[in-house]
Formats: sequence, C-alpha cells, structure tokens
Amino acid sequence: MTFSTMLSTMAAGMLRTCGIFFLTLLGSLPLGMVVCLLRKSKHALVRTIVKIYISIMRGTPLMLQLLVWYFGPYYLFRLPIGGWRFPAIIFGFVVNYAAYFAEIYRSGIDSMPVGQYEAAEVLGYTKGRTFFRIILPQVVKRILPAVTNEVITLVKDTSLAFTLAYSEVFSLAKQISASQTSFVPFVIAGVFYYIANYAVAFAMERIEKALNYYR
Amino acid sequence: MILEMKNIQKSFGGVRVLRDISVCVDQGEVVSIIGPSGSGKSTLLRCATFLETVDSGEIRYEGEPAVTTDEYGNAHYAAPDALRALKRYYGLVFQQFNLFPHYTVLKNVTDAPLTVQKRDKAEVHGTAMELLRKMGLEDKASSYPYQLSGGQQQRVAIARALAMRPEILFFDEPTSALDPELTGEVLKVIKQLAVEKMTMVIVTHEMPFARAVSDRVVFMDGGVIVEQGDPEAVFGAPQQARTKQFLQTYQR
Ligand SMILES: Nc1ncnc2c1ncn2[C@@H]1O[C@H](COP(=O)(O)OP(=O)(O)OP(=O)(O)O)[C@@H](O)[C@H]1O
Ligand SMILES: [Mg+2]
Repeated sequence: MTFSTMLSTMAAGMLRTCGIFFLTLLGSLPLGMVVCLLRKSKHALVRTIVKIYISIMRGTPLMLQLLVWYFGPYYLFRLPIGGWRFPAIIFGFVVNYAAYFAEIYRSGIDSMPVGQYEAAEVLGYTKGRTFFRIILPQVVKRILPAVTNEVITLVKDTSLAFTLAYSEVFSLAKQISASQTSFVPFVIAGVFYYIANYAVAFAMERIEKALNYYR
Repeated sequence: MILEMKNIQKSFGGVRVLRDISVCVDQGEVVSIIGPSGSGKSTLLRCATFLETVDSGEIRYEGEPAVTTDEYGNAHYAAPDALRALKRYYGLVFQQFNLFPHYTVLKNVTDAPLTVQKRDKAEVHGTAMELLRKMGLEDKASSYPYQLSGGQQQRVAIARALAMRPEILFFDEPTSALDPELTGEVLKVIKQLAVEKMTMVIVTHEMPFARAVSDRVVFMDGGVIVEQGDPEAVFGAPQQARTKQFLQTYQR
C-alpha cells in the first residue's frame, strides 16, 4: 500500500472523527446548559437526580459508557444488536460531555458577583432577562479557557469510538498498521489529531480575543 | 409621602438587625442615615428596595402597599407583578457601583429604560446623553466601565438609576469604595441633585457632606433609630449620649 492510498483510506476516517467531534459539541454545549440549570433547580429531587447523573458521567470511563449504550439494550431488553452503532456513539459522547460542560457553566455562573443580580433586580429586569442579558454573556467570557480544555480533550476522546469498532481515524490507523505492518498510519493519525487541536486552539483564541473588549 | 416604612423588623438567623424601625420620606426631601458599622443601615435600604424581605412591618410607595402585616405580626408582600410595578418609584446606587461590565457607559444607562420600561429609543438616548452630560461624562458614552475611574463609574451608576426616572433615589455609602481624592466629584453630583429637589435617602460616613446636603439626619445604632432631626440639631447639639459618642469618633 502506497502512502497516498493510506492517506486517502484514512481521510474517510478523519471525516468520521470530525463528525463525532462536531455532533458532540452541537449536542453537549446546549444540553450542558439545560443540565446546569436543572442542577441549580429549586426542587431538591431534580437537583439530586442531576447530581447523580453528573457524578456517574464523570466517575466512570467514557469507553465503558459507550459499551453500555451500545450493548445495554441487548442485555436489558434482548433487543437485537446493531443498527445503532453511530447513534450510540453520539449519544454516549453527548451525555458525557454535557455533564462536564454543565459543571463548567455552573462554576462560571457561581463566580458571578451577586451585585450584578442585585443591580439588575433593582432596575426591574425579570429573572430571564437578567440571565440572558447580564449574566450569560459574562459567564461565556469567564468559562472560555475551561471550555477550550474540554474541547481539546474531546478531539482526543473521539478515538474512543474504536471501542465500538467504528472506523474513525484511530481504528483505521490500527487496522492498516496491522495489515501492512507499518508504523506510518500512526504517524498520520498523530499529525491529524495535532492539527485538529491546533485549529481548535486557534479558533478559541480568536473567540477569546473577540470578547476582550471588556474586562 | 413617597416612602413610608413602618415598624420594620428584620432578623438574620435569630439576630435582630432592624428592631421596629419607622421612616417616612416626603417629596423633595433629602434624608441622610448615619450610624456605626453593623447598625443596620444597609439592611434598611435593602428592605426598602426588596433585596431583602422584612419579617414584619409595612412599606408603601406613594401610598401603594408593598408590604403589609397581619394581626399576628407576619409580613405579606404584594403579588410579584405589583412589586415589580413598584420598582418604577425607586432607584438604588450601590457602594460597589455594580455597573454591567460588558455594556458601554451609554448602554448601561439606556438598557433598562429600553428593555424594562419599553420607552422610545430616541427619547431614552436623549435622556441618557443629557444625564451623562450632567455627570460630566458625555465624552465617556462609548467607554466600557473598566476604562473609567471609580468616581466616574459611580457617576455612571447614578445616571443609570436616574434614567429610570425614579421618584426616590437610595444611596448606600456611594463614596466608601472610592479613593479619597475621588469622593468629591461624586458628592458634588449628589449635592446638585439635592438642589434640584430630587428625593434621596443617603447612607453615608461623610459627616460634613451629610450635614450640608440633608433636610433630615437619622442616626441609627443597634437596629433602632436613636435620634433624628434637622442636621444642625443632630450634629450641633445631639440629644442622645450614643449620638454624641458616635459623632465624637468623627472629630479630631
Ligand atoms: N445577609 C446577611 N446574613 C446574615 N447577617 C447579615 C446579613 N446582612 C447583614 N447582616 C448582619 O446585619 C447587621 C447589620 O448589617 P448592615 O450591613 O445593615 O450594617 P450597616 O449599618 O450597613 O454597616 P456598615 O456601615 O458596615 O455598612 C450586621 O451585624 C451584619 O453582620
Ligand atoms: Mg452598609
């Protein structure tokens, strides 16, 4: 196998990796906010349930969670396996990352000075307006570095999809390396992850700069 | 009578911070509240502005009841909508300014009149620029709070409160967070508001200022009003031993 056939075979895997990456962000960034707000709910029961959910998501390996989402329906309900490999992967990633993002949002919201809420309240802003106009924009700025870290971790975590034999770039690298007895696929995969993270860091830096108009 | 507070009681975890306080403020009146640290001055303002809830007592703005108390001594607040409507009567200037850092000076002043009061855009903009001019900040309209000195930030906060067209303006130690050389510029704008007959309640440790600007001075200690009256009377010839003692700590 020539280098260029290797590269073009792996390009398909890179596309799948990007698919996991973007779909996970698309799902978990907003879901994390919902989880965060439920985590701060007035109702103790809701809070407790969400707390348990977050602690399980953070306290067990994502690899294990992916296996549970994929094989769980078979062992629990004897549903035939298969057909939901990709949905199981995306679901697993989204609910896992939503838990991490929820905690980041929460730390950002909790770090807001109470004076911001009080000033808004005296001026007659409703709770919703206070949150969306005053609090959230400032929270976004505060949590950006933490979100960047999480997104970079996600780039690398996409490789965990190999657990469910999904042919993203890491699985392909392993396969091709074994069949061709070559080290090159791993180098290609490494370079790919590195460039992807470089792009992430670049994009996040741009966003941070754009939010630097105030302090 | 713009503000009536009657028999206000407030405890924090069993500690009685306000014990049966009654204060009334008339149209155009400037009332200063003085007293030692921990005497309950901020708590009183926070109860008046609904940032804290009272345990019992009555609060009325322009005769409209915000809080009433039943025969068992339990406070009842008006419905949320009614309470929100009462916010149009008052504004509050904080010790720490609490400007919105992500908004320009102009937006800090115009945002609530536009989004909360839904007033006309051109009118609000005109009012805001007028207020900024009055505060000596017309050239700062497009600056962000972090670019301003503390004194300038506090004047923006005053403009922000005034833009809501309140009937009464509360100040909680408006100059305590400022460097001494910056307090003068803030006190000056408050004095100007007093000349224009803005109704104000000012918690302050600036005794000469309180004496000069107020129609009435209220001395609080231990959650009660110990003495109140004409500033010349309270500062010149205090009747209560505690007042004398407190004022002495400010003279050297
Ligand atoms: N949220 C709160 N929880 C518990 N105790 C409180 C709270 N707010 C105020 N207190 C207590 O109530 C008392 C009165 O506080 P307050 O802030 O009203 O005093 P103050 O007269 O404004 O003092 P200062 O001049 O230092 O601002 C203090 O003993 C304070 O510790
Ligand atoms: Mg105080």
